[in-house]
This record gives sequence, C-alpha cells and structure tokens, in this order.
Amino acid sequence: MQLYEQTLTQVHDLLTKGEVTSREITEAFLRRIEAVEGSVQALVTRTPELALEQAQETDRRRQAGEDLPPLAGLPAVIKDNMSTRGIRTTCSSRILENFVPPYDATVVEKLRESGLVLLGKANMDEFAMGSSAENSAFFKTFNPWDLTRVPGGSSAGSAAAVAAGEAVYALGSDTGGSVRQPAALCGVVGMKPTYGRVSRYGLVAFASSLDQIGPLTRDVRDNASVLSAIAGHDPRDSTSAPLEVPNYTTFLTGDIKGLRIGLPKEYLAAGIDAPVRKAVDEAVRVLSGLGAEVEECSLPHTEYSLSVYYIIAPAEASSNLARYDGVRYGLRVSGDDLIGTYQQTRRQGFGSEVKRRIMLGTYALSSGYYDAYYLKAQKVRTLIRRDFDQAFARFDVLLTPTSPTTAFKVGEKVDDPLTMYMSDVCTVPVNLAGVPAISVPGGFDQGLPIGLQFIGRPFAEGDLYRVAYALEQTTDYHKQRPPL
Amino acid sequence: MEYETVIGLEVHVELKTRTKVFCSCPTTFGAKPNTQVCPVCLGLPGVLPVLNEKAVEFTIQAALALNCQIAGFSKFDRKNYFYPDMPKDYQISQYDLPLAAGGHIDINLSGENKRIRIKRLHLEEDTGKLLHSDDLAAAASSLVDFNRAGVPLIEIVSEPDIRSPEEARLYLNKLKGIIEYTGVSDVKMQEGSLRCDANVSLRPKGAKEFGTRTEIKNMNSFRAVQRGLEYEVERQKKVLESGGKVLQETRHWDETRGITVSLRSKEEAHDYRYFPEPDLAPLVISREWVQEIRHLLPELPAAKKARLIEVYRLPEYDAEVLTSSKALGDFFDATVASYPEAKTVSNWMMGELMKYLNARNLEIGEIPLTPGLLADLLRLIDQGTISGKIAKTIFEEMCSTGQPPEKIVQEKGLVQISDEGAIARVVEEVIAGNQQSVADYRAGKEKALTFLVGQVMKVTRGKANPEAVNRILREKLQS
Repeated sequence: MQLYEQTLTQVHDLLTKGEVTSREITEAFLRRIEAVEGSVQALVTRTPELALEQAQETDRRRQAGEDLPPLAGLPAVIKDNMSTRGIRTTCSSRILENFVPPYDATVVEKLRESGLVLLGKANMDEFAMGSSAENSAFFKTFNPWDLTRVPGGSSAGSAAAVAAGEAVYALGSDTGGSVRQPAALCGVVGMKPTYGRVSRYGLVAFASSLDQIGPLTRDVRDNASVLSAIAGHDPRDSTSAPLEVPNYTTFLTGDIKGLRIGLPKEYLAAGIDAPVRKAVDEAVRVLSGLGAEVEECSLPHTEYSLSVYYIIAPAEASSNLARYDGVRYGLRVSGDDLIGTYQQTRRQGFGSEVKRRIMLGTYALSSGYYDAYYLKAQKVRTLIRRDFDQAFARFDVLLTPTSPTTAFKVGEKVDDPLTMYMSDVCTVPVNLAGVPAISVPGGFDQGLPIGLQFIGRPFAEGDLYRVAYALEQTTDYHKQRPPL
Repeated sequence: MEYETVIGLEVHVELKTRTKVFCSCPTTFGAKPNTQVCPVCLGLPGVLPVLNEKAVEFTIQAALALNCQIAGFSKFDRKNYFYPDMPKDYQISQYDLPLAAGGHIDINLSGENKRIRIKRLHLEEDTGKLLHSDDLAAAASSLVDFNRAGVPLIEIVSEPDIRSPEEARLYLNKLKGIIEYTGVSDVKMQEGSLRCDANVSLRPKGAKEFGTRTEIKNMNSFRAVQRGLEYEVERQKKVLESGGKVLQETRHWDETRGITVSLRSKEEAHDYRYFPEPDLAPLVISREWVQEIRHLLPELPAAKKARLIEVYRLPEYDAEVLTSSKALGDFFDATVASYPEAKTVSNWMMGELMKYLNARNLEIGEIPLTPGLLADLLRLIDQGTISGKIAKTIFEEMCSTGQPPEKIVQEKGLVQISDEGAIARVVEEVIAGNQQSVADYRAGKEKALTFLVGQVMKVTRGKANPEAVNRILREKLQS
C-alpha cells in the first residue's frame, strides 16, 4: 500500500518505528497532490516549502529523542476559513483573495505545537455557504469517487483531499453539516463536535452560534486522535467550554453492549433515497448484533429545522460579513464616494449565494420583521433543542443518514437553492441543538459512498467514537479508496 | 403661545480600564495612531471578543453612584451599521437588557433641588476615530485611527426631565462630578472621554404630549451643550411660531457657525438590526458582587456635601460648590487638614481660587497651587506678616508659579509694616498734606477717614498693617 493511502495511525506507527521519516511521508503526499490535484482541485493554496520545513523539523526533534505528540510530522490540509499566520486565508472568496492574516487560529496554533506539517489550505464554498463546492469563487472541487460529481460542502477540499490521499487528515468547519455531508459524499469520517468543544478563535465566522471546527479522516481512530489534539477550552473564545478533554481513542473498545440507540423516524421519511435508507437498516442490523438496543423514536420539530436554520444562520452571517467593506483589508473597489466604495467592493467581492444569504439575514433582522422571523426562529430552535434533550433521556446516541442522497452531479442543483438546501436536512438540526455528531462510511451505491450519522449528548463525543468504531470494525467501507 | 422645553441627554463616558473591553490592548489616550491595536479590536476575520471584567465592575460602580438598579441578568447585542471608524461594521452594545436602569441625579436649580431621572445605563465598545481636513465635503480621503476602537464606553440615558439648556448644563456637570468621584473615568470633554448628545422638543406649556424631537450631536464642550441647545430651542420655537412643523431628524451642532444643521431625516435613520451577540455569553451578576462593589465606592458628592455642612458648618452653597468636582473637594479636605479654619479656607477657594480658574478656563489640577501653599499663605495672614489685601496678590503669584508664599513675600518686599512708629510718621505726613479731608472728618464725615486710610496705604504701597493705620489715624485726628 502506498504511504498516501494509509491511515494516520498507520503512518504514525511507521514514523515512530523509524521506518520512514516525516520528510519522506511529506514528499509522498506532495507527489500525490501533483498527480491528482489537477482533477480533484481540493486546494486553494499549496504550501510545499513550509510542509518540508515542518517535516524536517519534526524529524530533527524525533532523532534528538524528543517525545512528540501523536500528530507530529503528519501532513494535513486546513479549510481556508481558518486563520493561518503568514499564509493567505481566502474563505474561497474574491473579497479575501489576497488576505494574509497576521495571526493563527487557536486550532492552528495547537496543531503547530503538535508538529503540524501543512500541505495547503482547502477549497470550500465561499464563506462556508454551500453544499457542493460550487460556490467557491475560484474553482470547483470534484468528488474523487466520480469526478463528474460534487464532493459535498462546504468543507469540500478537506473531504476530497482526505479521500484522494492528498492529506493524512484535514480540518473542516460545520455550521449546518459542512463537515459531515462532504465526509459522507467522499466516504471519509467527519466529526462535528459539541458547540464549545473546539475553539472558534480564528475560524472566520459564518454563523457564530452554529459554527464548529471538526476533523475529517480516513477512519474513526484517526478522527479521535485529531479531535483530542484540537479540542479544549480557550480563553480567547467565550463560548468555548471550560471542560477537560479526554483522550478520545480510549473510547475505541468495540464494546457497545447495552448501548441504547434511537432511530428518529423524521430522518427516515420521504426524501431519503432508498439505498441510503437501506444502509441505515443494515447498520441497525449490525449494531443490534453487537448488543446495542435499537428503537425508533421521534424528534417532532425536525420539519422546522431548515426554516429555522435559514433564518438564524443568514441573520448572523449578515452581521459577521459586514466587516468586508474595503476599508481596512481585502478587496477594495473604489466608488464615487464611501457608500459607492462599499457597494462596488461588496458587489464584486461576494458571490451570489453569499449575497443571497446576506439579504435573507438582513431582512430577517429588520425592524418590523425581527419578531416574525429571527425571534420566532430562536423560539423554535429551543423546541428543537428540547427534542434532543428528551430523546437523550431515553437513548445514548441517535442514528440517521448523513445526507439524503449520495454525491450528485456537478451543476445538478446549483440553480435551485432550495433543493440544494435539502442536502443538509439531516445535519442542520444538530447544529441548532449544539450537540455533537459524526458521519461514518455506511456503504456504497453504484460506486458512491453513503454516510451514516450518529448524534450524541453534549460533550459526549466519546460515545460517538465508541459506536462509530464498533460499526466500522464490522465493515470495510473505510478501507476502500477511490479509483483515481 | 408659550412653550415648554423638553430635553433628554445621552451621555457617553469612556472607562479608564487599563485594557480595552474585548481585548488586551492598552487604552492610553494620545498614543501614536494605530499603535494600540490587535487582530481583535481591528475586527480581522475570525477574531472573537472576550469581556473585560474590570469594565463591568467600573460600569456597576458608575451605575451605583448614579443611584441605578443593577440588573441580575444582562446581555450584549450587536448594533449593525456601516461606518469606516467601526472595524466590524457593528458595535457590541446592549439593547433590551442593559446592565443598569432607573437612577437619578439631583441638580441645584437656584437653591431648589430638582431630580433628573436616569432611564438606563449600559456598557458598549467605543469606535475608532476618523481624521480628516476641516472641510469634510472637500476632503479627498480620510484617515482612521483605531486606538480608541474597543475602549469601554458607558451610555447614560436620562428621562426627558430636563426643561432648559441651563438645566442640561447643570445635569451634565453634576454627572461629570459624580463619575469623577468614582474614579472610573477621566470625564474630559476635550479628550472625548465625556460626550453628550441631546434630544430636544418643545410643547405648549401645560401640554401632556411631547412634541416632535430632534437629536443634536457634536456638542463637544459644556459651553457647546448650552449654546447648541439654546440655539435649537430657539430654532424650534421659530418653526412652531411660523405655523411650521418640527421634523424628526438628527442635527449636527456647528460650533463655528453657532447653528445646528440637518444631518439625516427620520426616513434616512439607520435600522440597527440589533440582535443578541452570539460570541458572548449573557452576563449574570450576583447580588454579592454588587454589594462588594458598593463597598468599594468612595465618598460621593452628596455625602461629602452633607459632611462639609455637618462637620465644618459651611453654608450649603459653599458645600455645593466645593463638592462639584472631586479635585476641588479633595483640595478643600487637604487644606483644612493643616489649616483648620474651614470657613476661611472655603472663602478663599470660593473667591480667589474660583476667580483665578474661571478667568483662565482652567481646572484646579492644571495649576501648581497645592493645599500646603494655601495653608501657608493663610498662616502668614494670621501672623500679621502680610495683610489680607497683599495676600491676594501673593495668591495669584502662587497660582501661576507654585512658589511658596514666604519666598514671594521676601522677593517682592511685601512684608507688612507693623512698626507703629513708622506708621505714625506716614500718618502725620498724610494729615499734613490733606487738610481739607481732615476738616471734613472733624465735621463728622466718616467717609473722609476711608480716603485718608487709602492715602496712607498708597504711600506704604499697601504694606502697612491696616488695623494699625486705622487706629493711629483716629488717634491723631482726635487729638
């Protein structure tokens, strides 16, 4: 097996046994990027010199006998909405095309301390708004399993890079499904941690009350390793939880006897493709066989999730994206006067989906409409959160599809935003409730990966890794690699 | 028709915490532009605010000093509007759940106490500052200094209880005094740490309904507040008297032209689209913490005023003036500590000191006079070294140079002549040279004596002990 096809755990073992150096690993991944990037297009910015420098540094430290963290010397890519000091951070937007931040996001800082080897910044839907990478202002990213199809989004480049063997692991961000849905469509593992589990400092805000950073990896163990490295309280983020972080790999026992799994019926209703539904049934059979107790349950307010999400997320976005005004940094297109400059800059700097959401959000917050939209949405959000509270009184985890379909064709939904929004119907409620969820490979349909989602109690990411790992051990979906 | 003026003030006060309200940048005034900034207060992509606890403590201090109720539960909201001095194009402020509400300030209106209610008090972040040439319209570009962006700011909103520009000035002055006492702000209008906007309307005397109001901005000094409001009241009166309607709008006080000009109409007003700040958790403030802060509060003007009346038997008017600013009150306390004749100290401060400061538009902290120097001067009078009249000259000199009074007396040869022989010789000279006045006095005209005393003082250049001059002159005239 090629180095680039291996898991984080496997590569780490080779490193610690001294069978391979970080430099050799990094070179292997750089060659792989050279080979496939032309067809996958996962990366907005490549940083090969930096990667080799960082690799050699960890090699030097390893040779000097230093005890290095588990991720040290392993090449990764980071979604281009996380601030990297000295490396441009574009959010795949014209408005930040040449923006080079002077500071590192907390997750980037943590990974640098863990011996990060950064291969590049991953393409995404502009400002994380989208489900297919088609909203990137620069170029589309393609699904490594079928280059005529989308990789999902918005963490498109992150998921595609891991699937295509362009990185050992990747960081994405998830506001309504942006880690889990591309993970599902690209056949990798993607975790959206509990709101407050991972610091948002340095994550360019889309919807502040929903955004979370999460890892994308080849398998569950890899994912647990990465989350262990990036999670934890950060005094620079007031919404990050002051809780201890367990070593998540200790949850990977394979034992799920007596685990109570809820199957919310609303997630299996109309709109879910038959092969996806079949994959859920198959998982239920396997999990029951392993001793879990699976039972149907109900989250009655699920049907309002998309409506609530498409009020709250754009409302927050309309405010978060106001700062891109051409005054201090980023694109400036001068107009006749100040207002003209604002208008020209934003007209030319933002793509149409971003503009659509800014308008939606501005409207929802406007005087006279606030109560009917934003306030009402917040109240329904509370009801959705309560649905989960009630479900978790009876169940340890919930099982649902991640996405109603497998990867769709490039261009298939791009002109129909409502249909595109439906791709997130299973993932959005999780962000509204702030609970954690993981997407794991659950089968294939006509050569395209299917993702299954486990949803857990707040800060119980360990439970999710436990059940996901147990399922993974009975299948080989995660071991398959795309025919690139 | 007779009109009643209705004014409400919105006052902004910058808190002098060591660091900004949502990041660790220093707040020092007057630093080189854009040297006290970081990714957070510059609003770079991805940054998050972290609340400065000291800013909340200072806000609570100010609120308690203004007799406000402190909310147990409060939150921050985003106020959205585009402006180049605002890094995020929204301001983190407080909308429907301010930190404090329901306070008041008592002002002294020609001897009568009048209570002005405070509607609310909240904490927010300051904006940066735009620097442009004087002619805003002609300027090709403006520069922005973000040093001020993120400095903690409290907004204090009064109820529409103010009935004249004079009351507005008194309210503002009292507010400044109280905040100054708490020590949470420098409250300097010239440095912008105290700023004031006003809502002004007129209504027919006796009417219950408020008239249409205008909001007046850019009044950058106490004088500007009074002048600006006086102008606006007159302007609205003229509009109403000519049968017109006052338009609801925001107006800008033009200091040089002495007029208010329309800035934007009601239709052009911003829709701020307030919503709860998702990056900050709501604030839960315990009763215990508020009690702790209450105990930390220094003596406030009202308490100090009562003490001056009670302990030193000062007239209410004296006590009011001496406690109007913290610096003045502290000066009084320190002087009395070494020179216990409180009424004498008060007379000098209320008279000579205020005259000196007002004539030069200075504050007590800006002159080299110290309580020790004033006490020394008063002792020199008591010892008979100088006359009260000479002392006034020396006082002025002390105020401008800070020299000890003994030194000024020595250098200028101002020691009082108390040698009765010397005085008697001058008295004789004066009597000899002013026979007409002598005759007048002997004919019963008391006024002639004053003239003759004046002549003696003229010859001695004011240094003769006035009490001795009077006595000796009478003796000589009666003999």
